[in-house]
Amino acid sequence: MKVYGKHRVPGRLFVVEGIDGSGKSTQLALLHQWLASEGYGTCFSEWNSSALVRDVTRRGKRKRMLTPMTFSLIHATDFADRTEQHIIPPLKAGALVLADRYVYTAFARDVARGVNPGWVRNLYRFAVKPTIAFYFRISVDEAMKRIIGGRDAITYYEAGMDRQLSGDIEESFRLFQGAVIDQYDRMVDEFGLVVIDASRSIEEQQVQMREMVTRALTGARKNRIRRWVDLNSTAQASRP
Amino acid sequence: MGRFEFYGPGLTAVEPSDLKGKLVVVEGADGVGRSTHIGLLREWLESNGHAVLDTGMTRSALAGKGLKAAKEGHTLGGITMSLFYATDFADRLENEMIPALRAGFVVLTDRYIYSLIARATIRGANPQWVKGVYEFALKPDIVIYLRAPIDELVTRVVQTSGFNYWESGMDLRLGEDMFDSFIAYQGKLLTVFDSMASECGFNVVDASENIQTVSERIKALLEPLLVQPCPCRPT
Repeated sequence: MKVYGKHRVPGRLFVVEGIDGSGKSTQLALLHQWLASEGYGTCFSEWNSSALVRDVTRRGKRKRMLTPMTFSLIHATDFADRTEQHIIPPLKAGALVLADRYVYTAFARDVARGVNPGWVRNLYRFAVKPTIAFYFRISVDEAMKRIIGGRDAITYYEAGMDRQLSGDIEESFRLFQGAVIDQYDRMVDEFGLVVIDASRSIEEQQVQMREMVTRALTGARKNRIRRWVDLNSTAQASRP
Repeated sequence: MGRFEFYGPGLTAVEPSDLKGKLVVVEGADGVGRSTHIGLLREWLESNGHAVLDTGMTRSALAGKGLKAAKEGHTLGGITMSLFYATDFADRLENEMIPALRAGFVVLTDRYIYSLIARATIRGANPQWVKGVYEFALKPDIVIYLRAPIDELVTRVVQTSGFNYWESGMDLRLGEDMFDSFIAYQGKLLTVFDSMASECGFNVVDASENIQTVSERIKALLEPLLVQPCPCRPT
C-alpha cells in the first residue's frame, strides 16, 4: 500500500472541492470537455459513486442510521473502492483523472461533525495526492441562494441535521456548512489547495483553471483512441 | 470506575466510565471452534445470571449485507475490504456493544480488531495505517486466543464447511488451489497473531484439546472478571 504523496504515476489528477452550490461540478465538466477535445485520455470519478458501497450509504442515509464515525467510514470505503478501481489504474496508464470532491471533503465534513482531525487524515492515507486540488470558495449565503433557486432540496446530512444544530433545515445548513467552510479554509495551507473565487463569472473561473492545468500538463500523454475518422484522415493525408 | 479506555482519540460521544459491563473477545483462526465456545460460554454465563450479548463480523445492521454482497463479486480490493469491515465493526461497536456495556452486559465478540488488522496487514496494508483506523475501538477486558496448529485446522475445515474462497485467502493467489492457499494464508495469519498475542497480552488457549477441556480453561480465565450477581447463590 502506497501512502499519500508516495504514488509515482505518469497520469495527472485534478480535483475540485467546495460546498454544494459553489459551482465546482460545472467547472469540472467544462474542464473535462476541454481536455477531451485537446486529445487527452480522461476519466471522471465522483464522490459516493462506488457500485459496491453506494447502496449501503444510501440506505444508511435514508434510514438515518449513520453516526459521525460510520458516516466517515462508509464514505472512506466508497472512496477506497474508487481509488483502487477507477483512480490508480488510469493514472498508471497515463490518463488524466478528474474527481468531483476528494479526501478534503471528508476532512471538512467529518471534522465539522466532531470526528478527530488526525484520525480522519490517517483514514485516507491511501489516497493519491492530486496534481492540483481546486477549492471553490463561496459564502454560505451565496451557496444557499443557488441551491434553493435550483435543482435539489437540501438533504438531511448535507444540512448537518444529525448534529441537531437547529430544527430548521435551512438554519442548520447555514450553521453546518459554515463549519465546513472553516475547515476548508484551514486546509488551504495544510494541503496547498488552489483557491478559486466562486463568486466570479463562470468564464473567469474556467480561464483560471485552464491556465493552471495547462502548466501541469507538460509531458502528459495524449492517448486518444484512433477512431475510423482518424484512420480515414490519415489515409487521405498519405495519398500522393 | 474508568475501567474502559479507547486505543486512540475514540468516540467523542461516549464516556468510557459509563460502561459497566465486560468486553470479552474470542479470537482465533477459521475452523478453530470460536463459535462453539462462544455458544458454550453464553450458556454458562446466562445460567450464572449474567446478561450476554454476542456479536461478530458482518452482522451489523448498516453494512453486514452490503459487505457480504461485495465479497460475492470479483472487484473488492484490499483497502476497500478493510474499510468495509471497519464500517461494519464501528456500527456494531456504537449500536450494539457500547449500549450493552452501558447496561452492564457481558459482551462476547467473535473476533475483534485484531483479526481485521491481521487480514489487512497480510493484504499489504500499511500496519500503522490500519492500526490508526481502529483507534476508535475500546480496549477489551480480555482476549481469549484459541490456537491450533494448521494441520488440525485443515482437518476441521474439511469436515465442516469445506474450504472457502476468503478463508483460504484465494484473492492473494498464494497457491495452486484452495488447499495450498489455505495452508499458506492461515500460516501467515498465525504468525501475525502469535506476535500480536505477546504484544497485546492475549490469553492463549490450546484449542487442540477436547471441547470440554478447552471450555473449562476459558471459563477459568473469565471467572476472575465476573462479579457474582447473587451473593446467596448455592455452592
